[in-house]
Amino acid sequence: MDSATLSTTRASTPPHRLELRGITKRFPGCLANDSVDLVLKPGEIHALLGENGAGKSTLVKIIYGVLHADAGTLLWQGQETMIPDPAGARRLGIGMVFQHFSLFDTLTVAENISLGLDNPGPMDALSQRIAEVSERYGLSLDPRRHVHHLSVGERQRVEIVRCLLQDPRLLIMDEPTSVLTPQEATRLFETLRVLAAEGCTILYISHKLEEIRALCDTATVLRGGRVVGSCDPRKETARSLAEMMIGTELSTPERLPHGVAGAPKLQVRHLSTTSDNPFATNLKDVSFEVRAGEILGIAGVAGNGQAELMAALSGEELLPEPAAVTIEGRPVGHLGPRERRELGLAFVPEERLGRGAVPELSLSENALLSGYAREPLVRSGLVHFGRARSYAERIIGAFNVVTHGHRAEARSLSGGNLQKFIIGREILQRPRLLVVGQPTWGVDAGAAAAIHRALIALAQDGAAVLVISQDLDELFVLSNRIAVLFHGRLSDSRPTHQTSVEEIGLLMGGLFNHPPDEDEE
Amino acid sequence: MTLLRLEPRGEASRAMVYLTPLIAVALTLVSGFLLFWAMGFDPVKALHAFFIAPVSSVRGVGELAVKATPLVLCAIGLAIGFRANVWNIGAEGQLTLGAIVGGGIALAFYGEGGWWLLPLMIVGGMVGGALWAAIPAFLRIRFNASEILTSLMLNYVAVHLLNYLMHGPYRDPEGFAFPESRLFEADAVMPLLVAGTRVHLGSLFALLAVAGGWFLMARTFIGFQIKVIGLTPTAAGYAGFNQKKIIWLTLLLSGALAGLAGLGEVAGPIGQLNPTISPGYGYTAIIVAFLGRLHPVGILLAGFLMALSFIGGEAAQIALGLPKAITGVFQGMLLFFLLATDVLIRYRLRFGAKTAPKPIAGRAAA
Repeated sequence: MDSATLSTTRASTPPHRLELRGITKRFPGCLANDSVDLVLKPGEIHALLGENGAGKSTLVKIIYGVLHADAGTLLWQGQETMIPDPAGARRLGIGMVFQHFSLFDTLTVAENISLGLDNPGPMDALSQRIAEVSERYGLSLDPRRHVHHLSVGERQRVEIVRCLLQDPRLLIMDEPTSVLTPQEATRLFETLRVLAAEGCTILYISHKLEEIRALCDTATVLRGGRVVGSCDPRKETARSLAEMMIGTELSTPERLPHGVAGAPKLQVRHLSTTSDNPFATNLKDVSFEVRAGEILGIAGVAGNGQAELMAALSGEELLPEPAAVTIEGRPVGHLGPRERRELGLAFVPEERLGRGAVPELSLSENALLSGYAREPLVRSGLVHFGRARSYAERIIGAFNVVTHGHRAEARSLSGGNLQKFIIGREILQRPRLLVVGQPTWGVDAGAAAAIHRALIALAQDGAAVLVISQDLDELFVLSNRIAVLFHGRLSDSRPTHQTSVEEIGLLMGGLFNHPPDEDEE
Repeated sequence: MTLLRLEPRGEASRAMVYLTPLIAVALTLVSGFLLFWAMGFDPVKALHAFFIAPVSSVRGVGELAVKATPLVLCAIGLAIGFRANVWNIGAEGQLTLGAIVGGGIALAFYGEGGWWLLPLMIVGGMVGGALWAAIPAFLRIRFNASEILTSLMLNYVAVHLLNYLMHGPYRDPEGFAFPESRLFEADAVMPLLVAGTRVHLGSLFALLAVAGGWFLMARTFIGFQIKVIGLTPTAAGYAGFNQKKIIWLTLLLSGALAGLAGLGEVAGPIGQLNPTISPGYGYTAIIVAFLGRLHPVGILLAGFLMALSFIGGEAAQIALGLPKAITGVFQGMLLFFLLATDVLIRYRLRFGAKTAPKPIAGRAAA
């Protein structure tokens, strides 16, 4: 780091690690960053806060050289710098851990790391260095293991170690805990604190406010592409941070009263799946029931069988054993989505654009997509477009969907608004049973609160609601009972008021307290 | 640095969806002009002979409708399949089978026909085309075999089957061993619609197919399912639409319409079976479907345009002594320019180097 020492000796006060002045980036039809100023000091853990679409990703991509600013200057260690590409950023000492990992499953940890380095050197020496670095920062990692054996948390450690080997002066972390259990997140924070204490600056992007309060020294809040404020998150509450992000007051949903559950609406008994896809997680002997008037939450880190459970419940994947899933006592395992909808099931998939909605079609056509089964939108084979339109308008009105009308294409809506539309479309069909995957993933705080209120109101009206989510905060707000999915197995459910985030977190890491199973492979 | 750049549009341009076919036609004309000029012909005269002279009489316009009929019938069916991501390339074979089955009925009842013969032939032609299309449908659903390959390969099988029949069972017993069938009797021929032309009942069916295709896609729930499956198969799975049913339906429908087109040719302008019943209508219909933006009304217009290229090509051969390949050259240029200009739907052309970012004062409206 010659340049760093050079500029330190020249200036009387140590320069900022990175300073952005008036960074502006425009995309067709939107101003993603509007003269953003940002100062990152050596050794600080700096949070970048903002809703989806606030411009966080764009800003970070400009710092990492993936995108180029239309205007503005970037000063690295006090010197004006052009970052042409990610390789240039790495040469300066900027490392980034992305939300989605780029690892090869069939290679070992060391091989993966060597692929990401500009001059990896011999493999033995590299393995030695990996072991040293992971030891030093408490990131236990065996360089010889193959990546497909690793848990998500371990895979993230591979990415972090890859960055650390290049001796970064600035480490950018994009939503790092979205795939971690609370315990894994705590360990990650310890690592980050050690790094910061050694003088490395950490730019931490997240929308989990409690986490930012626990970890970060400074927070810069973006809204609509502009910096709307900065603060010391330790002196704020999660609520005040959220209000800064959305710019209005936040209303929190009422919690459900406990112990009001009625007759079982959905029963799943000994559900096991076998998939041809080697990357699928097979469900193993999953049993649970959801009763009228209650919300059951299923927690778990992504990839533990959530997608398979959703498909088995929706009917997109038919089951050999019809009685494995029953709706109000009727076996439905052999029935497709259409028949299950007619029996009162509504369904909100995790993937909203491309499964829950057709991007190119208008909102009225998307209202028809699932609405045809329970609403009078189709008569003797003909689509009643007038009714589809008014159904779409009812959804838009009842759920405050911000759009320029029922003609708008689904892809023109923001994530939160589209999710409100899809949830509204399902709820207005007055289902007796609603299954929701990741209801507020990537949704801004205002829309998330509205979605939570709608789900709770639906349960209060006597429907059974099943929420499958990775967001524990959400599950603790919504659910009467929580169960955990791990490696395709489901834990027993426990009443929300009798459990804690810590306990659920341990279950998410696989520590079920009933005895381990004999048929484990 | 660059003089011409493509800049992504925020959303697809509706105007360009309709304008690009016109731009493609214009570019084809310009290229044709240059081509004729380079070949040493008077380009104005050549283009006139190609595009204007053939349609400057009632009879010429009638010929245009006769040529457009099989193109439109095939393209309507293909377009409905294309909307559902079912890529039937086998309209040529299905057309041939329609002619074989429907024409075979005419030959089987030769000399004993009645009013019922033509309706029976029409049904037979449609069933023949649909059954030929059922083969790729079955292979796709049972073995996940690409219908692009299977339907394309079946075209060659169909042509060889026709050749065999023309040299054997279907050959006119009094035809001096020429590979042609008997001329169909009056009960087995499509009635003419306009005196003084060869416009026949098949053209009416083509118009009905345009209306029916529009109704299916725009008004029915089946049409909606076709659209969703084509755009986003996972959303169709989520909604519970039966994709196998749609594959069957679209292939059988396009096969039946192609079969009707084939029957219309042998029972219409040709009046008998022979080994060259189609100059490639089934292939040209693919161009017609895309040139018409997979929309029935667009297909009707595109059908006339492609028909003009057939007729104009023939006229140019006669008037100017141009080679037969001229028709294919024009059709190819048209498809090429259409695909090339399609980029304008999602991108706009910008001249000059990349503009420097404007200083931003306050909140930008865009």
